[in-house]
Amino acid sequence: MKKEQRKKLPRRDFLKNVLRSCAGLMLPGFLFAKEAGKKAAALLLDGLYNPAEHSWGMGIDINKCIGCGRCADACKKENNVPNVPFFFRTWVERYRVFENGETLIDSPNGAVNGFENLTDERTIIRSFFVPKLCNHCNNPPCVQVCPVGATFQTVDGVVLVDAEYCIGCRYCIQACPYGARFLHPETRTAEKCTFCYHRVVRGKLPACVEVCPTQARIFGELKKKASPLVRFMRMNKIRVLKPALNTEPRVYYSNLDMEVR
Amino acid sequence: MEEIIQHLAPLLKEISGYIYPNEIELHWGILVVIYPYITGLVAGAFILASLVKVFNVEEVQPTYRISLLTALAFLFVAPLPLLAHLGHPEKSYEIFLTPNTNSAMAMFGFVYAWYLMAVLLLEVWFDYRESLILWSQHETGLRKWIHKILSLFSTDISEKAIKFDKKAVKIITIIGIPSAFLLHGYVGFIFGSIKANPWWSSVLMPIVFLFSAIVSGIALIMIIYMVVTPLRGKEIDMRCLNKLASYLFYIMIIDFSLECLDFIHRIYESEESIKILAQLVSGKLFVSLVVIQLLMGMILPLGAIAIVKIFNLPDELKKLIYFLAALLVQVGIFTTRWNVVVGGQLFSKSFSGLTTYKMTFFGLEGLLMSIFLLLLPFLILYILFKILPPWDEARVTG
Ligand code: SF4
Ligand code: SF4
Repeated sequence: MKKEQRKKLPRRDFLKNVLRSCAGLMLPGFLFAKEAGKKAAALLLDGLYNPAEHSWGMGIDINKCIGCGRCADACKKENNVPNVPFFFRTWVERYRVFENGETLIDSPNGAVNGFENLTDERTIIRSFFVPKLCNHCNNPPCVQVCPVGATFQTVDGVVLVDAEYCIGCRYCIQACPYGARFLHPETRTAEKCTFCYHRVVRGKLPACVEVCPTQARIFGELKKKASPLVRFMRMNKIRVLKPALNTEPRVYYSNLDMEVR
Repeated sequence: MEEIIQHLAPLLKEISGYIYPNEIELHWGILVVIYPYITGLVAGAFILASLVKVFNVEEVQPTYRISLLTALAFLFVAPLPLLAHLGHPEKSYEIFLTPNTNSAMAMFGFVYAWYLMAVLLLEVWFDYRESLILWSQHETGLRKWIHKILSLFSTDISEKAIKFDKKAVKIITIIGIPSAFLLHGYVGFIFGSIKANPWWSSVLMPIVFLFSAIVSGIALIMIIYMVVTPLRGKEIDMRCLNKLASYLFYIMIIDFSLECLDFIHRIYESEESIKILAQLVSGKLFVSLVVIQLLMGMILPLGAIAIVKIFNLPDELKKLIYFLAALLVQVGIFTTRWNVVVGGQLFSKSFSGLTTYKMTFFGLEGLLMSIFLLLLPFLILYILFKILPPWDEARVTG
């Protein structure tokens, strides 16, 4: 697999790279990284989509989630995530809190195939499902640490990875407090949820939101009054994950239990 | 793809508790352990060398040039483990071309280049310039030319020129000490600044890294000095060795205190992560942290050197104890790096479970490669010793 990747780099490109590195040593192009984000967004839809007009976020209603795992399954298919139990852009966790306070958490294969029935003998006092994904943090540590600026935040608040730039150092994976990132085994670059950016810019919903049978996931604008997300946030008490880390997530949970991290 | 499945599938069974599904693959393995270990040796060896020039510690003069060359040899190898661990080593130039100025890691190239070009190479050159000229005058053939080229064809060995060399070395050393601190403290910062990881996130991290670096550097120079000198049929200078051991001893005490402080601080603050970290330390990390790093790598050598200091032992016994202590220290510091880098990835950021690291043998990130990377600096050092003999008599006969 690795070999294929290597072969794809023709010698001319390699020489170009070497030349560029030498040039880079002399004249570090501090400008490029900052430009990259804007460029990616601008190129995206030839002006049909204006990121400056949007500000995306997601709400998740824990009480509505039934743990069917269709979102996790749809995500893998939509985004060509390797169908093995090690790489996920989104997954669902199941929590069982027992009488004695002990908590069991599991997420077999990220819940792509849902969950098996409970066979616990002990009395469960609370049980619920928590869908997880990249929080598209407003203050994203993954963006901060990326040495080459491959991970960036778009104007509309989505955090993306430019696979062309990514050198696969995996610093971002270490820096993400939520385990939202993985290294794609084939491209050897960092990957994670994009809010299905390719769909969103065409006016569609992310795949996970579209397939959710109970509408536990609410996707939408954070700054437009008519948006379902704004309504969700007005009608519910909201929490985000690990607020103490000041990552300012854009994924908002209602009815989140204290056991969830 | 098949490869990775085969590698990761058995790990599913090793998990205890709950980890985020993406955490099964452990991302920074043995190569990223080697990287801070090597830069630590560079910084440590250099700081030892500076003692001679800046603080005029006469006793350790015999190891001055050895330290410089050791630092250089290890510095040459330092970027290799980083490069090998990248998913795309061929794109690494982007770190120079489009560095993200907010990223600690992006500064690596600049810190490294600065340290190599502005500090080490310059200092070595000024220190060796006179010797190079003198050597090339007496030599013939290839060696003559190598030394001529290395001296950049300078020929001036007037008193004034030599004086300038000395002054230059001193100035470079003064710049070099903070640079060495930067080189390795910065590596500590790479880990210490990750707030997502409570095992790493600590303001003490760069400082602990620094002192453990000095410890490992001094111990390495002791080992090299004690191995090479008898091989050359020369006597080991006990005054020098005693001094080195003293420095080792005191810096280890500082290092030990800092680590204790870190430990006590964590327990006292007892944050959200304390339960999982306690599980980690008493379980998966027990052997490498408590037994190897703490007992074998710290307390045992400290005790041994203390005994040498208190009782007046015969020189031969002293040498043996020093040698063993220095070896133990090396093992200890290597496991320190291991415990930081790998240890920090063995618990889930959900704080609800632990996972396992399985090293591969072959491949870019495997054990074989790591052993090669650890031996390579010694090979380079051997060549450097041949081209630029650091021995005192080479300086005199010049
Ligand atoms: S959840 Fe992780 S990957 Fe997503 S923006 Fe935040 S830090 Fe980055
Ligand atoms: S793995 Fe890629 S995206 Fe992540 S920090 Fe490294 S270069 Fe940036």
